[in-house]
Amino acid sequence: MFEEYSMAELTDILFMQGFAGLILFSVLVLMALGLAIIFGQMGVINMAHGEFMILGAYTTYLTSHIFETYLPALFDGYFFVAMALAFLVCFALGVLVEWGMIRFLFKRPLDTLLATWGLSLILQQLYRTVFGAREVGVTLPEWMMGSYAMTETIEVPINGIFVMVLTLFIASGVYFLMFRSLWGKQVRAVVQNRPMAGAVGIDTGKVDRYTFGIGCGIAGIAGSAFTMIGSTGPTSGQLYIVDTFLVVVFGGAQSLIGTIASAFTISQSQSTLEFFLSGSMAKVITLLIVVGILMLRPQGLFALKIRQ
Amino acid sequence: MCIFNYESGSRDNSPVFKRRSFIKTLIAFPLGLILASSTLSWANPPTSEVNTTGLAVTDDTVTVGILHSVTGTMAISETGSVQAEKLAIDQINAMGGVLGRKIEYIQEDGASDWPTFAEKSKKLLVNDKVAAVFGCWTSASRKAVLPVFEQYNGMLYYPTFYEGLEQSPNVIYTGQEATQQIIAGIDWVVKEKGAKTFYLLGSDYIWPRTSNKIARKHIEKLGLKVVGEEYYPLGHTQFNSVINKIKLKKPDVIYAIVVGGSNVAFYKQLKAAGIDLTKEKPLLLTISVTEDEILGIGGENIEGAYAAMKYFQSLDNPNNQAFVQAFKDKWGQDIVIGDVTQAAYLGPWLWKAAVEKAGSFDIDKIRAASPGIELTTAPEGYVRIHENHHLWSKTRVGLAQKDGQYKVVYESEELIEPNPFPVGYQ
Repeated sequence: MFEEYSMAELTDILFMQGFAGLILFSVLVLMALGLAIIFGQMGVINMAHGEFMILGAYTTYLTSHIFETYLPALFDGYFFVAMALAFLVCFALGVLVEWGMIRFLFKRPLDTLLATWGLSLILQQLYRTVFGAREVGVTLPEWMMGSYAMTETIEVPINGIFVMVLTLFIASGVYFLMFRSLWGKQVRAVVQNRPMAGAVGIDTGKVDRYTFGIGCGIAGIAGSAFTMIGSTGPTSGQLYIVDTFLVVVFGGAQSLIGTIASAFTISQSQSTLEFFLSGSMAKVITLLIVVGILMLRPQGLFALKIRQ
Repeated sequence: MCIFNYESGSRDNSPVFKRRSFIKTLIAFPLGLILASSTLSWANPPTSEVNTTGLAVTDDTVTVGILHSVTGTMAISETGSVQAEKLAIDQINAMGGVLGRKIEYIQEDGASDWPTFAEKSKKLLVNDKVAAVFGCWTSASRKAVLPVFEQYNGMLYYPTFYEGLEQSPNVIYTGQEATQQIIAGIDWVVKEKGAKTFYLLGSDYIWPRTSNKIARKHIEKLGLKVVGEEYYPLGHTQFNSVINKIKLKKPDVIYAIVVGGSNVAFYKQLKAAGIDLTKEKPLLLTISVTEDEILGIGGENIEGAYAAMKYFQSLDNPNNQAFVQAFKDKWGQDIVIGDVTQAAYLGPWLWKAAVEKAGSFDIDKIRAASPGIELTTAPEGYVRIHENHHLWSKTRVGLAQKDGQYKVVYESEELIEPNPFPVGYQ
């Protein structure tokens, strides 16, 4: 199918395509991290994950307006403020939800599924009431748009690089938090044995609350970042939720490394297949691969070994 | 008709007053003619005459239904239609209503769920006995309510541009069917921009697929080439791969029919990948982005794209200026008006014209009266209902501006005939 193209063109496209795959990889990791933390560490399936992302997106939208109106001189840098605010807002709401809802349903995973789904519907309607049913456009600073031309045909999207750097930053942040901090040690202790962790003086309730909050906060950052590449509307969160669950379940629910490996597998196969086949077929085949592997390994790619 | 009603309504039956009543008739006859010809709204015929099938019509009101999604994913698109229909109803009421009756509406929410649409349409037709329904947006919702309208003999005014291949005695299609939107647009881009190669792109469902099929046939008929055709699932948010393919194939025109949230992702990523639409290399022609969608996409991301529609908010004619002003006064100064919103606005007016022509609210009489009805006050200009229940209308091409509006760069000279079953395109 490529006989009509020169070798140089093909190399360029190969490079661009690899880059497209990496962007998709970063997007998937960013989407899934928050969910993976909550699912992996607490066993709670947060169906409202997409709505937390959109809360982050709306926070960004509001911040952009505030900067445009009151601080136009600082507009170029508003996005960083917006991301920080998105984290704080979603963290706060997450903590509130854990305190008001999740902690009562802890022992009943199916009920948390239903409760968080209900929460997602409530949030959607809330956004619709506050911001209107239509999508809103988030204005980006000029420097974040467009692309950096390396050669005549190789053009690297700046927002793609931005998402990649951000993902790297967040992922390493989560790694340090989980595996290098006292708090992470407590979280891991609670996951491995809740009663014993409580017995040695860890406040398990508090650990749960902050875990949930941080998971939601990261969803908020992801939502904020996705205003660069996607839409912001009351139901936009639904666009991401399926892929997010796919990544988390495929990776093995309790493993953050698994989430990253699974995001990598899915993104690379998706973008390669998309190039050779049509978009819908690529999606079908990716899903078939995932289903096939999950049939062979129901626990996902990486499973945490714990004594049952 | 007015004069005879006057007579039959008179209580003056005494023989003594026969002569006076005769004189009265003599005076009333020309007077009635003048009134009848000057404005139809003066005529207020009795309910038993204008409503023989038990619709919700009283001596001073008539009830219609509005059936759109105001919740769920489609609320984004359908809100504008609801607003337009309510505006038209208000304006008609301010002019005295239809056959002297004020329009009242019952609004139901289809909730972006097709079975709900069917259920609610049954409720409107069977329980509320509405005289007409203005509603639906997606083809899927229309297909869901169609059997209900045909079974209970209702009349639906459907506003969206759609794929064609349908003609129901119970639906008036006020948007364009596919050929009206596609063929004139492609002819324009070939003639004006010298386009030779096309890349067809769409969301994966019936409307984009049928539309692209018609586009492909037409392009090939002109002896030109389609270099790629792709579909992405609804809600897809990653378009980098297809953008790379487009860069590799270097088509003259990207023909894009992406819808919903995907739209925003597609245009943002196109811009981020260094494809500046204002350079027209490649040029982008779409039939799925109205001013409503640009709100979400952002004018700076789609500046330079072309759209083939029948209506743009920026159309420069007195009808449209009045319409835009009235719409903004009612719904807020920041609001934008897209193609479908305008088509939805036509619904109540076309229904009013049909009722007045038929002199009755009966569905069968409205159906018989509808073909040939013309509207000179439409914001898009002049429209006329075809025998096949679609509208004759012009096709226009607009160039997207940074402020989110389109600049009209082309308008077909003639009204384009609706052809829902195009021979040789299937």
